Amino acid sequence: MIKLEKRPMPSRTLSMATPLIAVVITMIAGGLLFAALGKNPFEAIRTIFWDPVLGEYAFYYRPQLLVKAAPLVLIAIGLSLGFKAGIWNIGAEGQYIIGAICGAGVGLAFYPTESILIFPLMILAGALGGWAWAMIPALLKVKFGTNEILVSLMLVYVAEQLLASMSLGLLKNPEGHGFPGSRNLNDYPSATSWINEAAGLHWGMAFAFIAVIFAYVLLNRHILGFNIRLTGEAPRAARFSGVNPTRLILFCLGTSGALAGMAGLFEVSGPSGQISIDFNVGYGFTAIIVAFLGRLHPVGILLAGLLMALTYIGGEIAQGNLGLPSAAIQVFQGMLLFFLLALDLLTNYRVKFAAKGAA
Amino acid sequence: MKFTKLLTSAAVALGLATTAMAADKTKVGFVYVGPVGDGGWTYEHDQGRKAVVEAFGDAVETTYVENVPEGADAERVITQMALQGADLIFTTSFGYMDPTINVAKKFPKVKFEHATGYKTADNVSVYSARFYEGRAVQGHIAGKMTKSNVVGYIASFPIPEVIRGINSAYIHAKKVNPDVQFKIIWAYTWFDPAKEADAAKALIEQGADVILQHTDSTAPQAAAQAAGNVITFGQASDMGEYAPFPRVSSIIDNWAPYYVARTKAVMDGTWESVNTWDGIGAGMVGIGEISDAVPADVKAEALALKDALADGSYHAFTGPLNKQDGSAWLADGETADDGTLAGMNFYVEGIDAEIPN
Repeated sequence: MIKLEKRPMPSRTLSMATPLIAVVITMIAGGLLFAALGKNPFEAIRTIFWDPVLGEYAFYYRPQLLVKAAPLVLIAIGLSLGFKAGIWNIGAEGQYIIGAICGAGVGLAFYPTESILIFPLMILAGALGGWAWAMIPALLKVKFGTNEILVSLMLVYVAEQLLASMSLGLLKNPEGHGFPGSRNLNDYPSATSWINEAAGLHWGMAFAFIAVIFAYVLLNRHILGFNIRLTGEAPRAARFSGVNPTRLILFCLGTSGALAGMAGLFEVSGPSGQISIDFNVGYGFTAIIVAFLGRLHPVGILLAGLLMALTYIGGEIAQGNLGLPSAAIQVFQGMLLFFLLALDLLTNYRVKFAAKGAA
Repeated sequence: MKFTKLLTSAAVALGLATTAMAADKTKVGFVYVGPVGDGGWTYEHDQGRKAVVEAFGDAVETTYVENVPEGADAERVITQMALQGADLIFTTSFGYMDPTINVAKKFPKVKFEHATGYKTADNVSVYSARFYEGRAVQGHIAGKMTKSNVVGYIASFPIPEVIRGINSAYIHAKKVNPDVQFKIIWAYTWFDPAKEADAAKALIEQGADVILQHTDSTAPQAAAQAAGNVITFGQASDMGEYAPFPRVSSIIDNWAPYYVARTKAVMDGTWESVNTWDGIGAGMVGIGEISDAVPADVKAEALALKDALADGSYHAFTGPLNKQDGSAWLADGETADDGTLAGMNFYVEGIDAEIPN
């Protein structure tokens, strides 16, 4: 007989270990899936996890891992603050879009003036755009008690429409022969987020690292971080100790919005280069997975972001080299979250093997 | 900049290695925006890839990556193919334009072919099809077949390619049915069965008994089938599973001859950067079989129109034509030049709608 018994305290060791166990189980289950598709499972797993980091062309893929991970980490760090306090911003994708539009808009407004001040101004505009978009669900929640999950999610679709409108109207490249999409910011030296494009380094990575450090200090050394954790773990106790829930909601949603907006700005002025109808590719949603995979811990999120980036890039290599369908790669990524959530059971419950015949 | 050097020298070394190692094997890569099973746009590109395999057998090796988002991800996927020794890479969506150009700069020895764009380089060709010729045939059938005189049009994005299609269909519907009017819904997607089905239903509710679509799924076909008395046309792919009714004909993208020819050119060392815009005549645009739901005389007229477009004796945009605002565009007998068509951002006179922006 197998019995589940609730632990008095969630296991700390298992909480740290489950992401690793989940990765291992995903590799096994994924290997079986690839084998069922008629591919060599060991080759497939090696292609996904080994080739991008240490394979023949790793010199190209390593910086690409950072390019892919930077927006995920930046957004996930912001989300984790709210998630810790039980404030659910599901609409980071929308804040990411608005940040990109505002930041790129400011940059394009100055075109073709060259000045060292333009890029900092764009970062500010991106952060403000994301912040303002997140303030909508925040204020509605504070004033009218609306559900921030629904409001922030619905605003993603509004943001997407706005993005389409901007690509076809206001921000459309006047030299683009009538095709949708803005000017390419990579061709505008004052407005590009690349530090060194050949080496794959852009400012978004620097800001992602800074965000990790700030979040770590905030959560461990600052009273605000303590209040966030307290509100999430013991809302009643938090209220008694004088935590102001309104301020906390505004802070958490605002910060995650600003970080998502900045991520959008770094992406549009760097790797993506232009505002286009299909500019957003789901970083805001994937970051939710990254935040949980990283245990809502700043360092964990950094590692989780890199792991997620690895499955994307390795997955593309596996598609190209081994002919794996992209759906198989998506199933593989889905498994990772699935096993992680399933294993979470073990941090909160203990498995007991009761002796046969015993009551 | 040291890194760029490293990248190019690696590429050059690789290029030498592959030519030495696999002089008999040409590597061709394909980058797809959708899944190969979409039944429309990407499906037809993949049919083209299969034709290359069939034509050259063991002399070629093809690879593809599907569902590649336009933008930064595309650039990485294209670079990956070039790094791993592709000789020729087809990038099959408009949004791959800048990424293709960027990667092409770093890999001067690799040949690139970008679909539906306008930026070329010494090692980048562009190719597209004159789908508007097919739209003319559809417009003719639509004008003849509609009883409510309302033709519904599911448009994707307000870009020249789509606007050109609307204009061509309208001109030829109007020619055979002066009372016809077009209702246009912008779906803002190339492929989203749910949105396309909603658009089709909305158009049918507004009285449309003919649905034209510039989106790639079969959802509008299914919606028309459910409504019972509405006809449709297959888009990008034949969508023959809905024939003979509601699907009465289709526009088929046929990339196979072009892909085979370009691969051959790389093998022979005769590849050059070109700008190809082929239509029915060259076989890049196919008209799916016109089903028996269309009366024989209408079918004969439509086929005659198709033949005239194919042999060049008739151009789908022939004057007299005015722009929507009433200003003169083409004089009697004058035909549109490719430049205007490529950047078309206006409706012709008579369309009662506005291009969104």
